[in-house]
Amino acid sequence: MPIKEQLKQSLIFAFWFMILTFPIMVIKVNTIHNTIVFRWANLLWVGVLSFFASWLWNYFLRRTEARKKSDVDEDVPLIHQLLQNNRFRRPFLGLLAAFFIAYPFVFPMYHTSIMISALVYVMLGLGLNIVVGLAGLLDLGYVAFYAVGAYAYALLNLHFGLSFWMVLPLSALLGTMFGILLGYPVLRLRGDYLAIVTLGFGEIIRIVLENWDEFSNGPRGISDIPAPTFFGHQFNQDNTMIYIYFIVIALVLMTIFFVNRLENSKIGRAWIALRDDEIACQAMGIDKFKTKLTAFALGATWAAMGGVIFAAKTSYINPMSFTIWESITILCVVVIGGMGSAVGVIAGALVLILLPEYLRAVAEYRMLVFGALQVIVMVFKPDGLIKSVRKVYTFKTSQEPQQEKIAHGTHT
Amino acid sequence: MRWISILLGLAVTGIIGFFAVRELLMDPMYFFELFLGGLTRGSIYALIALGYTMVYGIIQLINFAHGEIYMIGAMTALIVATVLGMWGWNTAVIVILAFVFAIVYSCAYGFTVEKIAYKPLRNAPRLSALISAIGMSLFLQNYVMLAQTPDFLPFHSLIPDFQFWEPFAHIITSVEITIIITTVIVMILLGLLIKFTRIGKAMRATAQDKVMAALLGINVNNVISATFVVGSATAAIGGVLIACHVGQINFYIGFLAGLKAFIAAVLGGIGSIPGAVLGSLVLGISESFFTGYFWSEYEDVFAFTILVVILIFRPSGILGRHDAQKV
Repeated sequence: MPIKEQLKQSLIFAFWFMILTFPIMVIKVNTIHNTIVFRWANLLWVGVLSFFASWLWNYFLRRTEARKKSDVDEDVPLIHQLLQNNRFRRPFLGLLAAFFIAYPFVFPMYHTSIMISALVYVMLGLGLNIVVGLAGLLDLGYVAFYAVGAYAYALLNLHFGLSFWMVLPLSALLGTMFGILLGYPVLRLRGDYLAIVTLGFGEIIRIVLENWDEFSNGPRGISDIPAPTFFGHQFNQDNTMIYIYFIVIALVLMTIFFVNRLENSKIGRAWIALRDDEIACQAMGIDKFKTKLTAFALGATWAAMGGVIFAAKTSYINPMSFTIWESITILCVVVIGGMGSAVGVIAGALVLILLPEYLRAVAEYRMLVFGALQVIVMVFKPDGLIKSVRKVYTFKTSQEPQQEKIAHGTHT
Repeated sequence: MRWISILLGLAVTGIIGFFAVRELLMDPMYFFELFLGGLTRGSIYALIALGYTMVYGIIQLINFAHGEIYMIGAMTALIVATVLGMWGWNTAVIVILAFVFAIVYSCAYGFTVEKIAYKPLRNAPRLSALISAIGMSLFLQNYVMLAQTPDFLPFHSLIPDFQFWEPFAHIITSVEITIIITTVIVMILLGLLIKFTRIGKAMRATAQDKVMAALLGINVNNVISATFVVGSATAAIGGVLIACHVGQINFYIGFLAGLKAFIAAVLGGIGSIPGAVLGSLVLGISESFFTGYFWSEYEDVFAFTILVVILIFRPSGILGRHDAQKV
């Protein structure tokens, strides 16, 4: 398209957006004090920004379409190439390990605390990745299982005095149970209904926690939840943070190990197959319902464990921590990082959770950016920022070694 | 499964019927109040649910951002009404202009959202479009919150208390009767649009078979845009009416209302326009009775429970056709 045309198009878009956003961006009314403020500067900003945004949008749209037509397979993402390269992998992983081990001792407690929440999101993201990324089930009520874990620890400790280490496996079990219980009736539904129903379940659990005073202490929440002990030894406050940090690191490593093994197992391949084509998958003799249920239940297991850690770290929980926005944040982590790609989800969680924490000035724009990113990622890069790479199988025939690459994670 | 569903349905109807009759005899005034309140609520749901059901009928997408369109309609009306009110314009002119601006802006937003978030994903997997829709909803909510305010803004009702309505005002207020009558008029107009106009016929054809409609010379993209515009217009009317009824709005009102309206659309049979209206009325009235006679704090739980029960026992809804998944 000639540059003049592009210019004209972008100008039209800019003009359209200036009109579109006029009442909401320019006029600010306050009906309590009956004041109106006109913010004409905003109009200029919207015009200039939408001019460039529409230029970029059209440019990338054309590029994406051209790529679709030419049908060229994209390269494996850089990070995967590096990770597959033996000379690079060892030092890289070594450095990473050294960084994470040294982290709580080098940085002050505040940063450790933030890192713990980011790592909890890594766990939640990897758990949700099983459900959304691998099995292709859109779960908008994931936070319900997170709440189950947190409340399980708080209540079991309050009433029966069970310790962190006893509750952690128990809550995992409870999470699985809840996953099966909720999944059983709803997993027969088609994909888009599932999203709404899980959203509904998430909200139901939150509303019940908020209103059932005798059970959950209502909106006041539960306080004084004890921190985990080290074989009966209770650390002081700073050391407790460091201790929890290492527990989370261990759990994240365990999660990565499990997810990695699951992905390349029989059931993991069944999930991916089910996501890509349900009917073909059933024709191959895979029990659709059972396979979906395992994914749902396993995802719930990780959410519940994440909840226990959350409760132990903050020592206070109330239903406000488990709103639908929490579910959507976790979904953003998975979608933007790369559905089905463990590396992508880990990177996504760290970036999406840590960045707003440190850029306090723009923290209020967090959800706005998340929403925009979700749309942009879906339109231009549906595989996420770091897309998943399927395992490469090498066939060795007697004549000559021959390599065959199995198409990587582009699902149709 | 079929027999279980029928028996269960009969049992539930029987129990509900028994309670309804008992309450009606005990306190008829309260009963009617709840019924009319439910009717009002159902009318608003119907205005929003239409957008869901029409969009779903044509592109099989749950338009998560639809609730936000409704909120933007209410917000625009608030802004226009406040500005004009301060300039000292005539009340009647303000009412008309507030409605016109709300409808025009909601349509423009609906149109733009479709072009940005859904059109590039027309041939992508369903999951992608759904996630894009959630992203759009999140974006619009935060956009309004940041550009305006996160607090509730009082909305001075645009609908005056009618003089002639005085004798009935203790049963149903003039705002409520306006909502019900407006909804009926909008439904009739929409029915005529779908049934007799060129674009309405094109919509029905596209809903039945997109490829065949395109082969017959219908511009499918235009039809989809038109569907979004029509759905947004009804949602905007609903938004302004509910703002007049409740008296305050903020950026968040669209989310829950959108969900409820979606539940209503599923209840009636998604894709079917009479179904959406019926489902909305049933949901509105039963919600009203539930909160009036049982627990008001579990109002949302009730709606979601209805959704789950409907999806398990009768996924095609009250009026929907059952269509098997095609290979």
